[in-house]
Amino acid sequence: MSTSLINDWGEWLPRLWDGLLVSLQVTGLSLVLGFVIGLGFALLSSAGSGLVRWPAILLVEIGRGMPALVMLQLVYFGLPGVGITFDAFPATVVALTLTTAAYTSEIIRAGLRAVPAGELEAADALGLSHVDAMRFVVIPQGLRIALPTLMGFAILIFQVSALAYSLGLPELLGQAYSIGAATFRYLDVLVLAGLLYLAITIPASWLVDRLERRLSKHLG
Amino acid sequence: MDHLGVVLGGVPTTLLVTATCFGVGAVLGLVLVTGRRSGSVVVRGLSRTIIDLLRGIPPIVFLFIVFFGIGSGAIRLSPFVAAVIGLGLISAAHLAEIYRGSLLAVHRGQFEAAQALGLGRVTTYTRVVGPQAVRVAIPGMVTWAISLLKDSALVSTIGVAEIMSVTNQDARSSGSSLTPFVIAAAIYIALGSPLAYLSRYLERKLSLKGAR
Repeated sequence: MSTSLINDWGEWLPRLWDGLLVSLQVTGLSLVLGFVIGLGFALLSSAGSGLVRWPAILLVEIGRGMPALVMLQLVYFGLPGVGITFDAFPATVVALTLTTAAYTSEIIRAGLRAVPAGELEAADALGLSHVDAMRFVVIPQGLRIALPTLMGFAILIFQVSALAYSLGLPELLGQAYSIGAATFRYLDVLVLAGLLYLAITIPASWLVDRLERRLSKHLG
Repeated sequence: MDHLGVVLGGVPTTLLVTATCFGVGAVLGLVLVTGRRSGSVVVRGLSRTIIDLLRGIPPIVFLFIVFFGIGSGAIRLSPFVAAVIGLGLISAAHLAEIYRGSLLAVHRGQFEAAQALGLGRVTTYTRVVGPQAVRVAIPGMVTWAISLLKDSALVSTIGVAEIMSVTNQDARSSGSSLTPFVIAAAIYIALGSPLAYLSRYLERKLSLKGAR
């Protein structure tokens, strides 16, 4: 019995592995693109002018307020209604990028706000322009403060990527589900898929914990 | 206009799933945090492992394990029961970590003082440490409730007729496919915003009073 389970796992593993690679691809792409847009929105939503700030905050709140599953299905099933059609892979990347942008912009904004005001005043006293002060003084320190939270969010987006199975994307959960449907061995294959997810998320969260402790050592 | 009516029809079920899972998680979270702070290494390690597993696995995968894996074999689970077990256990793990953080925020002197006064372990927790920890835990608990509200959309995949599920049906049966999704997004935001406001308000209020 147990040897046959191991045999089955061995047989399923290559397909699940392919699925895991797709999961990691959509996660990685969405994180990179979302982070860049998120940084932009973080700067816009801490802008001096209300005309810039409020629309940015509104968009961020919309992105954070809707479930990722709604975002995914809106992009994949909803947008064709207005003539915009994506395949499952780009649809997933677009949806997860937008979700990432909304969340990371809040995380980065909190990081930027945690940089003491004296830093900006010192940069000003040294004659740095506002752009240079942000670029060389405030943003590097703010990102450093935000780093553990950003990494925690990256783990969350990896988990969220499993929802893309509902668009028919052959990522890890999608592969596991279709093996389950073919063999009726849902429990075995889903547990194996769960273990593969855990093999990424658990070491990653240890890393985040360690980083958090290291970066906050001086506060102890 | 009837799109709005259809999608709103899912709201009571979404709220019921969210509230039930939160209730289950709030109680089981207490059990897990008690285990996590136990004197026995075995109990502590086991609780920690359970918490790490439940937090590490994607909620949708855990939900599928409960519904298709366990609930389709010897035991039959209805979609609602599977949803409550799945998201309830995940909530328990997250809430246990929130409780743990809040207990750590209570000054150690409070435990020592309670001991010096001869209070038992239970009295120390219910009368001295608990009330102080709750104050720290509440904003985090509300934040988790918001996440849970959004995660409840996942149970549409196992056939619970909540907002996301009726939205999907509406999008499929009607010609226009964008409108129902936009309405669903707006409803989730409308349900979550008061909670987000509450969380910020409580955080301000409780942190001022709780200052040591």
